[in-house]
Amino acid sequence: MPVLNIVEAVNMALREEMQRDKRVVILGEDVGVNGGVFRATVGLQEEFGNKRVIDTPILENGIVGCAIGMAVYGLRPVVEIQFMGFIYYILNHIISHAARLRTRSRGRYTVPLVIRAPYGAGIRAPEHHSESTEAIFAHIPGIKVVVSSTPRDTKGLLISAIRDPDPTIFLEPKRIYRALKGDVPDEEYTIPLGKARIVREGKDLSIICWGAMVMVAEAVANEAINDGLDIEIIDLRTLSPLDKDAVISSVEKTGRALVIHEAPKTGGLGAEIVALINEKALLYLKAPVLRVTGQDVAVPLSQAEDYYIPSVARVLNALRDIMAF
Amino acid sequence: MLKILDENGNVNPVLEPELRGDELIQMYKFMVFSRVADEKAFSLQREGRMGTYAQLKGQEAAQVGSSYALREMDWIFPSYRDLGAMIVRGLPLEYIYLYWMGNEEGSRIPEDVNVFPLSVPVGSQIPIGVGFSNAIKLDEGNAVTVVYFGDGATSEGDFHEGMNWAGVFKTPTVFFCENNQWAISVPRNKQTASKTISQKASAYGFKGIQVDGNDLLAVYSATKEAVEKAQKGEGPTLVEAYTYRMSDHTTADDSGRYRNESEIKKWVEQDPIKRFKLYLELKGLLDNSLDDKIRKETGQMVDNAVKKAEACPAPKPEDIFKYTYAEMPDHLQEQLDELEDSIG
Repeated sequence: MPVLNIVEAVNMALREEMQRDKRVVILGEDVGVNGGVFRATVGLQEEFGNKRVIDTPILENGIVGCAIGMAVYGLRPVVEIQFMGFIYYILNHIISHAARLRTRSRGRYTVPLVIRAPYGAGIRAPEHHSESTEAIFAHIPGIKVVVSSTPRDTKGLLISAIRDPDPTIFLEPKRIYRALKGDVPDEEYTIPLGKARIVREGKDLSIICWGAMVMVAEAVANEAINDGLDIEIIDLRTLSPLDKDAVISSVEKTGRALVIHEAPKTGGLGAEIVALINEKALLYLKAPVLRVTGQDVAVPLSQAEDYYIPSVARVLNALRDIMAF
Repeated sequence: MLKILDENGNVNPVLEPELRGDELIQMYKFMVFSRVADEKAFSLQREGRMGTYAQLKGQEAAQVGSSYALREMDWIFPSYRDLGAMIVRGLPLEYIYLYWMGNEEGSRIPEDVNVFPLSVPVGSQIPIGVGFSNAIKLDEGNAVTVVYFGDGATSEGDFHEGMNWAGVFKTPTVFFCENNQWAISVPRNKQTASKTISQKASAYGFKGIQVDGNDLLAVYSATKEAVEKAQKGEGPTLVEAYTYRMSDHTTADDSGRYRNESEIKKWVEQDPIKRFKLYLELKGLLDNSLDDKIRKETGQMVDNAVKKAEACPAPKPEDIFKYTYAEMPDHLQEQLDELEDSIG
């Protein structure tokens, strides 16, 4: 079984889906000749030609607008936005059209569209290249939001997103784009959208997280062994629709929960998860649910970005607060 | 500016398109239908039987002339003011009424009607229509896409991006701008410093043409030529139909706050239906008795559409949930159950 990093897993998923379904087309800035700024589409234009791997002008909003039209026609466009910091241009097309076309036309027109974007901080990137604003998208009814955290998941989830009949925002954690390697099956497989993964089972406390924060949670769980604690980690994988059952059954078991996300705290998905636990599992709780998140500030430039991203130390502090309650 | 009919209905014989008498009468019927349907919508709104509605009065030649020039296979991506174009393309009037009455069923376009649901966010239908036509090209199809928008939309980024894309990829797209001189209260000269809207096309590497938008034959000819060019793989065209919004922006607007009566009066004299009627009379195709018959039949058809729209049942709670995704997720089922419990 090949050992791949996340970028290579993206590439494998795209290649396999393009071979399987000739309706799949890739659109984006520098995705063709250059193979993408992160090389996620490398070799695809050579294999499938410039009618299926399309280098576009620089117009994020226009790419998504045009891709919606292509999806309505019957193609399966996969758009690459180079960095999540440049995704805001597309919000009107996502909210006003992609997300609502199925319901506003009562199912007559649909938008099977995937928008891929690397997200998150931690690679000392320039300004606007470190955003983690998934909550904006999870707030929009009618689209799905997926975040992968391993090479194997990346391939299986991306293939599911491409085959899904509804628009999907697919976020790739660029902090671990190449840092994390793992087995990725050669053969065809999918991982269903809307289903979380239990990264590690435990009985004392549930950490709920996604994307690059899964790695932080794993480091925390290893440290916590020294405190005699057995931590469970839930990787949500899909942020919309949320796998509520996975969160609730974990909290019912452990009685304690901690949410980690890289996005700002206020109005973030952590608040949604805390509210969910409050609604469905309040009486199982032995302590308040805490959140360790990115700060409510603009993502700092590289010299200060470590103050922004949830660190193992910050998570451990919160974990100990919960255990001491 | 391309003009084939003058204000008195006299035709320029060199430019007169080849259209049969029955086709000319059909176009006239569509214009009358659009006008009557528009006036009916206004009164329905005033009677409290329809929500806010965006009127098209004055733009009938622009809408009918352009959409009538299309072939069965072609597609349109309309704005909210394009009732006339949608009707010509085969969308039954009751759908449009139903939409403005507040029921999404009005945008469940019949399978055999090549009309995209009207777009409200100004100009946002432009890239979607361009992308659709790009897909047609990638699929080696022959259809052409027409995107409709107003003069105000040309200030939007979507106009620029759509035009740019169409130029780069030579998509089979016709950009049809109904320059009706007003974007709610902002006049055309405050919208852009360009002398004409059609000239903007040259910046994107393709042709733009300005036509008299109240001249049905000029609009028809220019659009037909643009469609033929697109179909031959020669890329997009921008058609600027120079016309006028005789009504308020919508039933919620009062244009007396920003424009004067004398301007409106000047344009009422340019009424596109009146002009085409004079042409048909000069050609011996129309007289008062036929006109009376057409107007009577039109009134009945419009009344019939009102009946159909009003007979359509109101949405049920599940309707707002079940089309959000292909499969209803658990959280929406939960919200539906809670809503139904509260209704009892």
